[in-house]
Amino acid sequence: MPDALAISLNGKSLSVRPETTVAAAVYIGGESSFHRSVSGEPRGPLCGMGICFECRVTVDGVRHVKSCQMLCKQGMQITTDV
Amino acid sequence: MSQNFDVVVVGAGIVGAACALECAQAGLKVAMIEQGIVGGGATAAGMGHIVAMDDSDAQFALTRYSQLLWLGIKKELPKDVEFETTGTIWVAADEEEMGEVRRKHSYYSSRRAPCEILDSNSLEEAEPNLRKGLAGGFLVSEDAVLYPPTAARWLSAQAQSCGAALMQRQVTATTPAGVDFSDGGTVSAGLTIIATGAWAPELASDLEVKKRKGHLAITDRYPGFIHHQLVELGYLKSAHSITSDSAAFNVQPRATGQILIGSSRQYGAEDNGIDHRMMRSMLARACEYMPGLAATAVVRCWTGFRAATPDKLPLIGPSTKKRNLWFATGHEGLGITTSLGTAKLLVDQIVGRTPAIPFEPYLPSRHLREHVYA
Repeated sequence: MPDALAISLNGKSLSVRPETTVAAAVYIGGESSFHRSVSGEPRGPLCGMGICFECRVTVDGVRHVKSCQMLCKQGMQITTDV
Repeated sequence: MSQNFDVVVVGAGIVGAACALECAQAGLKVAMIEQGIVGGGATAAGMGHIVAMDDSDAQFALTRYSQLLWLGIKKELPKDVEFETTGTIWVAADEEEMGEVRRKHSYYSSRRAPCEILDSNSLEEAEPNLRKGLAGGFLVSEDAVLYPPTAARWLSAQAQSCGAALMQRQVTATTPAGVDFSDGGTVSAGLTIIATGAWAPELASDLEVKKRKGHLAITDRYPGFIHHQLVELGYLKSAHSITSDSAAFNVQPRATGQILIGSSRQYGAEDNGIDHRMMRSMLARACEYMPGLAATAVVRCWTGFRAATPDKLPLIGPSTKKRNLWFATGHEGLGITTSLGTAKLLVDQIVGRTPAIPFEPYLPSRHLREHVYA
């Protein structure tokens, strides 16, 4: 297993340790608005266990992925604040 | 406050609320009686497709008349009603269905409903997420979508601002003098309108209205995934069958970017639970037409009951059996569309106005006549 995974967060390169959740990577990358509510308000993780749906981000083009329930992979592209 | 009304409307779904508003605007003293919340029954379960349909001349007359009424008040509707003139594309899978497209095109255009025929390429351009190789489509430009519960709430609020009363009570019986409530109370009314959809037979047991169950699912937000209400032309075959269960491709873009996925039809299912076999075949049908749907996330699914009549036309007018009893029910899958036209035709009869379209095809007494001449 590599010591670090190279991923991309909103187009910027980021290095995280293996076993890092996507949600943690978003915080490590300094972002706080994971997605936008219907009325356009910023949203971020609340429950951390896949129930609240507030941590959704876009991963490799797939929208509405629950970031707290997914581990980072080499080369993953994460987009937030959609 | 006096408990005497000219008119009592039982049921404040979209049809009841529209009837109450029309009565109040005609100067009648009206009360709406709703046991749950306004627009909380079949209204909240429905898709909110404002659609001109041509199963019969009478169905087209009422749906198109109602659609034009909606377009006429579009600017007054609050934002949360989410009224959008998206248009409908009836999707033709093969050449046989293109024959139906051409028939519909001549029918709609001769009745001055704006519409056009799409060939395979223009269909693909209009809706890139449909599967490739479809034969074409039929675009009806003035079809629209709205969010039914907020539309019902607005109609109810409008009725109240015109002086209508809203009571949260349960009606157990109608009498020539008004209605009886489950708590023993009564109100008196010159006439009573039953607008309780598929539950109308509970208050009028001889009424030829049956529950026809439907399932819907809604996805998370994928703005731009679809642009029009999309319905397979095969829908006509499946919706026409009044005996068997059926599922058809019928999807709708919501203002939020969500995609509403339907639709199913089942008779004899009284339980409001999700029938997973039916839900599966409905979603499979949707994915057949729109493969990309398989990668979207469904966030909620539910069921509702349409009020179906034997001839697929609503019951609008006086009872043939009971004095002072009127009906506004039996709208099947078209109650959201035809609520406004229903209200007009009902009040036209009550106050003796000249209707914009003939009301005879929707009279409850038509079934009686069929029996006489049968």
